[in-house]
Amino acid sequence: MGEMEQMKKEAEALKTQIEAARKAVHDTDMASAAAGVAPAPQVQLKTRKTLKGHLAKIYAMHWSTDNRLMVSASQDGKLLIWDSHSGNKVNAVPLKSSWVMTCAYAPSGNLVASGGLDNMCTVYNLKTPVIKTVKELDAHTGYLSCARFLSDTEILTSSGDTTCALWDLETGKQKTVFLNHVGDCMCLSLSPDMNSFVSGACDSLAKLWDVRDGQCKQTFQGHTSDINAISFIPSGNAIITGSDDCTCKMYDIRADQEVICYQDAALNSGVTSLALSTSGRLIFAGYDDFNCNIWDSLKGEKVGVLSGHDNRVSCTGVPEDGMCVCTGSWDSFLKIWN
Amino acid sequence: MARDMSDKEILKMELDQLKVEVNTPRIAVSTTAPEIIAFVEGLSAEDPLVKGVPEDKNPFKEKGGCIIT
Repeated sequence: MGEMEQMKKEAEALKTQIEAARKAVHDTDMASAAAGVAPAPQVQLKTRKTLKGHLAKIYAMHWSTDNRLMVSASQDGKLLIWDSHSGNKVNAVPLKSSWVMTCAYAPSGNLVASGGLDNMCTVYNLKTPVIKTVKELDAHTGYLSCARFLSDTEILTSSGDTTCALWDLETGKQKTVFLNHVGDCMCLSLSPDMNSFVSGACDSLAKLWDVRDGQCKQTFQGHTSDINAISFIPSGNAIITGSDDCTCKMYDIRADQEVICYQDAALNSGVTSLALSTSGRLIFAGYDDFNCNIWDSLKGEKVGVLSGHDNRVSCTGVPEDGMCVCTGSWDSFLKIWN
Repeated sequence: MARDMSDKEILKMELDQLKVEVNTPRIAVSTTAPEIIAFVEGLSAEDPLVKGVPEDKNPFKEKGGCIIT
């Protein structure tokens, strides 16, 4: 008992020191620094395509690096691969478990992955004459919330068991386990240089990790509820998070702190998903209130809304060429906007 | 996994992490923010969702209708 009290005291002292160090460098914030920047134009995007085919709530979607194909996952028990230009379904992958929460497209276009309440990440080869399961990655002791391929041989996962993991796809084993969160991990985002990644969790924290040495390098506080969505900005110097506390935030990695908060008194729905336009200027954030709000990342103002879904927006994604934004919803549809 | 850990183990993990993070170098926001702004602004001019996608170059545009040549 004495030992724990001692540790708590030590921890409090360190937290105070860290807060002081952050405050010492907080000589301005993003909105003030961007005061001279011309406001982003009011953004009015139209629905160009509505992709119909899933029979139940859509939980996730991910663009292929070819900017044309995308994969979506629904609790109807299917992954669908879409040609976004024609609106046609190119492939359907039946899932062993219909309780899917995430899907991912490998950068090569050869593989897709899915996972969910089965606690597993299943990897499929799209290029064999018939789509085959190539690996079932089974070691997490909680649900699979997010997966992202680094290549055809490595994938990162985040889990309800509070850990993230880097897997070797040739052996099917975990190479590295990232343990530091104390709540379910809900989302992850790889840095542009692929040397680090960030995770968001139900402990309201975002953490920055070194992919290779497994160490947690930095922890970002400020949210007051689960972080459901996270993304690096294109320069890799900051991250954007979206939370059940109804706000999004930008954390500056080199200043080690929050520099702007995207919030509106009228918004009292949680953020489920987010995606950035190619420059990072626009944040497309999906909310429980069926809308996707568009934020100016530098000035913190809302510059548009994507309205059209009849249920929660559960996922958003912008392809690498930035030519559109895709929203997926519990209403079972995906919409492409630009 | 944090779920299998005792309160003491969790506290130790948090304390060890704080000992690492207390040494994180932190750069003034007045230095880091302008760099982020410059990077984003530099790319905004070519950002299709900021500047708009011309109808004739829009791969998602609904096709169909008559073309009179």
